[in-house]
Amino acid sequence: MSASLEKGINVLKEVIDAPIASFFASCVHCGLCAEACLFYTESGDPKFTPIHKLEPLRRVYTQEYTLLGRLQKWLGLSKPLTDEELEEWRVLVYDSCTMCGRCSLVCPVGNDIVYMIRKLREGMAVSGHAPPGVIGATKRTVEIGSPMGVRWPAVAAQIKHIEAETGLTVPVDQEGAEYMILLSSMEIINFPEYLSAIAKIMKQAGKTWTLCSDAFEATNSGIQIGVSDIARVIVSRIVNGAERLKVKTVISPECGHAYMALRWEGPNLIGRPYNFDVLHILEVLDQFREQGLLKTEGFEETRLTFHDPCQIVRRGGVIEPQRNLLKMVAKDFVEMSDPGKYNWCCGGGGGVSANEDAEALRLVAFKRKKAQLEATGAKTLVTACANCRIVLEEGLEHYQMDMPVVGLTELLAEHLVETEKPAAQGG
Amino acid sequence: MNELQFLTWVRGPGLDIALSIFLLGVLWRLIEIYSLGRKPDLAVPRKRPGASGWHTILRRSVAPPGMVKRSPVSYIGGYIFHVGLAIIVFLFVPHIKLIEGLTGLSWPGLPSQVVDAVTIVTLAAMVVVLVDRINKPVKRYLSTFEDYFTWTLTFLPVLTGYLAVQHLFLPYTLMLALHILSAELLLVFLPFTKLFHAFTVFGSRWFNGDINAKKGVPV
Repeated sequence: MSASLEKGINVLKEVIDAPIASFFASCVHCGLCAEACLFYTESGDPKFTPIHKLEPLRRVYTQEYTLLGRLQKWLGLSKPLTDEELEEWRVLVYDSCTMCGRCSLVCPVGNDIVYMIRKLREGMAVSGHAPPGVIGATKRTVEIGSPMGVRWPAVAAQIKHIEAETGLTVPVDQEGAEYMILLSSMEIINFPEYLSAIAKIMKQAGKTWTLCSDAFEATNSGIQIGVSDIARVIVSRIVNGAERLKVKTVISPECGHAYMALRWEGPNLIGRPYNFDVLHILEVLDQFREQGLLKTEGFEETRLTFHDPCQIVRRGGVIEPQRNLLKMVAKDFVEMSDPGKYNWCCGGGGGVSANEDAEALRLVAFKRKKAQLEATGAKTLVTACANCRIVLEEGLEHYQMDMPVVGLTELLAEHLVETEKPAAQGG
Repeated sequence: MNELQFLTWVRGPGLDIALSIFLLGVLWRLIEIYSLGRKPDLAVPRKRPGASGWHTILRRSVAPPGMVKRSPVSYIGGYIFHVGLAIIVFLFVPHIKLIEGLTGLSWPGLPSQVVDAVTIVTLAAMVVVLVDRINKPVKRYLSTFEDYFTWTLTFLPVLTGYLAVQHLFLPYTLMLALHILSAELLLVFLPFTKLFHAFTVFGSRWFNGDINAKKGVPV
C-alpha cells in the first residue's frame, strides 16, 4: 500500500461518524438518488448514481466499523481499497458531482448523500486522487490568495475604475465599518458590475462598509477539493480580517460555495463561533428592502426567471429573499420548474467548473437546465452566484441559446432611485 | 425428525435461537452505529418552522415532487409492500397471539379474509419490485447478492404463510413449520443486512433533517 493511500484511508476512518454509519446501514439500493442527479438523468449512465459514488467510503466503513466486516477482513475475505480504484472513482466523486445535494432531498431512507461526498473528498484529496484542475485552483488560493490567481492590485485597479465611473468612494480597510464586503475571483475578473452595484446600494442605504485588502476573496477551494486544513487557512484569512477591522457583519458575495464555506463550515473549521455575523448579499438586500432602505424605480418589462444557486438555497437556506427582491424590479418574473430547494444545479458547482476533465460531461448535464429554461419562455436569466453565471453562460452558448445572464445585485442597482444625498443613517 | 417434531422445534428452540440472535444483533448494530457519535456544529443555526430531524422522519415518507413519475414502481410498489408487510405481521390474529405469548401485549386484528387479500397484493408488489430491480438499469447496476438474498428472506415467510393458511401444496403442519423457519431466518439476518434499515431509517432521516435544519432548510 502506498503511503498516500494509507493516509487517505486513515482520513476516511476519521471522518466516519454516526450519521455516515446510519446512512450506509439504511441504504436499500433503491436507486432513487439517481433520479435526482442531473449527471445521471442527462447521461443515462447508472455509474453516476449518487450512492454508488460513495462505494470507497462504504467499503472502509464496513471493513473498519462493523462486526461482520471486521471479521471478513480478519479472515482475509474483504477487498482492500486500492489506488487504482480511487483513481477510477475520481470521475464519480469530482467530475460528476457538484455537491448540489439534491440527492439528499429525495433519499427515502433519509441518507444525506452530499454530506458523505464532502467527507469522501477528504480521503480522495489526501491520497492524491483529486483532479488536477481543482488542485491548481486550491494551490493558487493558498499561494496567491485566490483560485484564479487574482492579487490585491487587480482589485485596487478595479476600485479606481469604479470610483471614477460612479463618483463614489470604495472604502478599503475601514475599521469599525458595519459591513465587510467579500468578492469572488470570478466577480473581480468577469463581473466588476457587482462591486459597483454594492457601492451604489450601500450609499442609498446609508450604511458604512469596507473591503479588506488581505481578505477580499470569499471562495474556498479547500472545501471543493476536500482538504479541511486548507479550507481552514482560507476561512481564517477572512476571520482575521473581519476581527481586525471590527466589522459587525461579513457579506458573502454572489457565490454559492463561498457562502456555504464561510457561513456553515467556517466555524467548524476554526473550532469556534465567529464574533461577527455572516450574511449572503441577498439576505442583506432583503433586510434593506424590509427596512425601506432599498428604493427602486421602474421595472424590467421582459420575462425573467431565476436560477437558484444550490449552495445558497438548498444548502444555504436563503430561499425567499431573491424572490422578494425580484418582484421589486420585474413585472414578469416566472419560476422555473422545481424552484427553491428542489432546483437543479447549473452543473458547475463543487469544483466542477475548475476541472477541465469534467467539461464534456458538464455540458451534457446542462441539458437539464436548458430544458427548464426553455419551458419558462423567459428572455433573461437572473442568478446570484458568479460561478453559476459563468457556467450558465457557457452552457447557453454551447447550445446556442440567446439569453443574457445577470446577477441579481446589479439588476437591483440598475433600478435604484437616484438620490443626491445619502438616505437617512441607521435602520 | 417428522413433521410434528420439526414444528415443535421451530416453535421452541428454533424461535428462542432466532429471537436471541435478532435481539442481540439489533442491540449490537445500534450501538455499533450510533456510538460513533458526531462533532458538534459550531455554526449559528438558522431557525425555520418545519425544519428539524423529527419533521424529516415524517416528511420523508412522502415522495418529493416529480419523483413518483420518475420511478413509479419504486414508490407505488414500495408503499404497497411495506404497508402490506406491516398489516400481515402486526394485524393477523395468529401473529398477535404469538406476540401476546412472548410479551403479554395484545391488540385487535383484522379478519382473516382481509389479511389474505393483503397478502396476495403484497406478494404481487414484491414480485413487481423484483422485476423492476432486474429491469431498471440503475437498480440492476447497484444490486448485489445481498439485494436478492434479502428479497428472498422477506418473500418466503409471506408466501409460506399464505400457503399454510390456504392449505396448499404441502401438509399444513409442514408448511406451517417452513413458514416459522423462514420467519426465523428473516429475524436472524435482519440486523446484519440492508433489512436493518427497518431500524436505522429513523436515525438516518433524523440526522439528515437535523443537519439541514441548522441551515434552515426543511428536507
